Amino acid sequence: MKVLVPVKRVVDYNIKPRVAADGRGVETQGVKMSMNPFDEIALEEALRLREKGHASEVIAVTIGPQVAQDVLRTAMAMGADRAILISTDVDCEPRVVANLLKAVVEKEQPGLISMGKQAIDDDMNATGQMLAAKLGWPQGTFASQIDIADGHATVTREVDGGTETLALTLPAVITADLRLNEPRYASLPNIMKARKKPLETLEAASLGVDLTPHLTVVKVAEPPQRTAGIIVETVDELVQKLKTEAKVI
Amino acid sequence: MTALVLIEIENGKVRQASRSAIAAASRFGEVDALLLGDAGAEAASTLAGVRKVLHVPALTHALAEPTAALLATLAPSYSHILAASSSSGKNILPRLAGLLDVQPISDVVKIEDESTFIRPIYAGNALATVQSSDSVKILTIRSSSFDPVAETGGNASLEVLDAPADDGKSRFVKLEQSQSDRPELEVARVVISGGKGLKDASNFHNLLEPIADKLGAAIGASRAAVDSGFAPNEMQVGQTGKVVAPELYIATGLSGAIQHLAGMKDSRVIVAINIDPEAPIFKVADYGMVGDLFEILPALTKAL
Repeated sequence: MKVLVPVKRVVDYNIKPRVAADGRGVETQGVKMSMNPFDEIALEEALRLREKGHASEVIAVTIGPQVAQDVLRTAMAMGADRAILISTDVDCEPRVVANLLKAVVEKEQPGLISMGKQAIDDDMNATGQMLAAKLGWPQGTFASQIDIADGHATVTREVDGGTETLALTLPAVITADLRLNEPRYASLPNIMKARKKPLETLEAASLGVDLTPHLTVVKVAEPPQRTAGIIVETVDELVQKLKTEAKVI
Repeated sequence: MTALVLIEIENGKVRQASRSAIAAASRFGEVDALLLGDAGAEAASTLAGVRKVLHVPALTHALAEPTAALLATLAPSYSHILAASSSSGKNILPRLAGLLDVQPISDVVKIEDESTFIRPIYAGNALATVQSSDSVKILTIRSSSFDPVAETGGNASLEVLDAPADDGKSRFVKLEQSQSDRPELEVARVVISGGKGLKDASNFHNLLEPIADKLGAAIGASRAAVDSGFAPNEMQVGQTGKVVAPELYIATGLSGAIQHLAGMKDSRVIVAINIDPEAPIFKVADYGMVGDLFEILPALTKAL
């Protein structure tokens, strides 16, 4: 089966984001961008499934402007066989992303979609579930372990208070949690090879999906800043402050 | 306008996170609650501010597929559909949104009006005000931002619903719960958390548990501590773990990466104990103590 891996280009997770001066978003000009960390884990899992003989081909897909090709090259350097850029300059909300991905799924007919549980920019945690709904496929969200056998995926999920295991009939959508695996690094030879792998561009406008958002960002603001605290020298002083000043113990 | 809240039961009681979601829902008008599984009907019917409990005893495992399908049939009667931003709420509500082609709004921390909401983005480094044009709004609620409704005082009517047809594509296999006698992390008044600085799992338990016992605190962990096997995953505080806002948060042996701060920076009082005076955690701490936690934590246990 083919495995489709949607990946997103986001502000690198090590960068502390700054709210843009116009209050419409976060500063992204000249800021280091990378593949969303959860998507790296989802891609790693797809590559491992191919190495175990469960998958025949791993296809990375992203949605965004031409520059978003860089995350697809990274995905191919990690080991994806080929990539698809759904080209648009419009910012797409998860609902629109799910509709665009559905169009790609209908064209490519993958047996599994492996994707991150959330993007670290909008922190929505919605696209995988929405795509599964639109396809009528079962979903295994927040996965920490995946076993494939006999047309089924057994998925262990991280839930409040423990772990839950589900059996899903393929095709299915699985979203990766942090503990699913440790993603590999792309080696220099593989980065060179990735330049020659096929990267197909589809115009978002050609997929028959309305790109108009249902959710409009009115304003983006800094969260309230905490006031600077004090350094105490001894444990007794700390306990004293917590009792009499902060009154929390 | 009427709102529907998907509620969760734990040990026969309605989870506090669900009661916070009901409090949020009451801002939109009357509130109905959807209860899955064979337990909790009585607890749900006494919740303050609930008009009617829709009870589906046959749906015992809250699988996303049938639950979202059922919610989609109920959606036309409601202006807003809500759940807590719990693992269950985040699993089910976006699937419902996918069925209805609605853009869900995750982790709402403030309600401006019936269609305008505030939510954190970029690991809590920015707050976005968003406006929805969907006819039914689908929201998950950050429980630490809304005071929960009372467990008693209400007198909701009870209506039993049949489970929707099962397409058989997903099947529950098992649930492995971690046992803990401590307060639930997200609702604890005091949280003490440990990071990589505790060095191993036995230190993690031996140094943090006595303090937690004295303060009646829940124990949390940084991602590094969880990845190193010091603590189970559900104890992780941060962007990808739990978001807490206790009265007192004591951070020990953790640097305070932005992903961790996203989960605790709304705590009322933050104490940091770290050997590195440059650790970012000191920038948000009300009280900081620079030093060796292997000396400080036993001394703190004694002083409490």
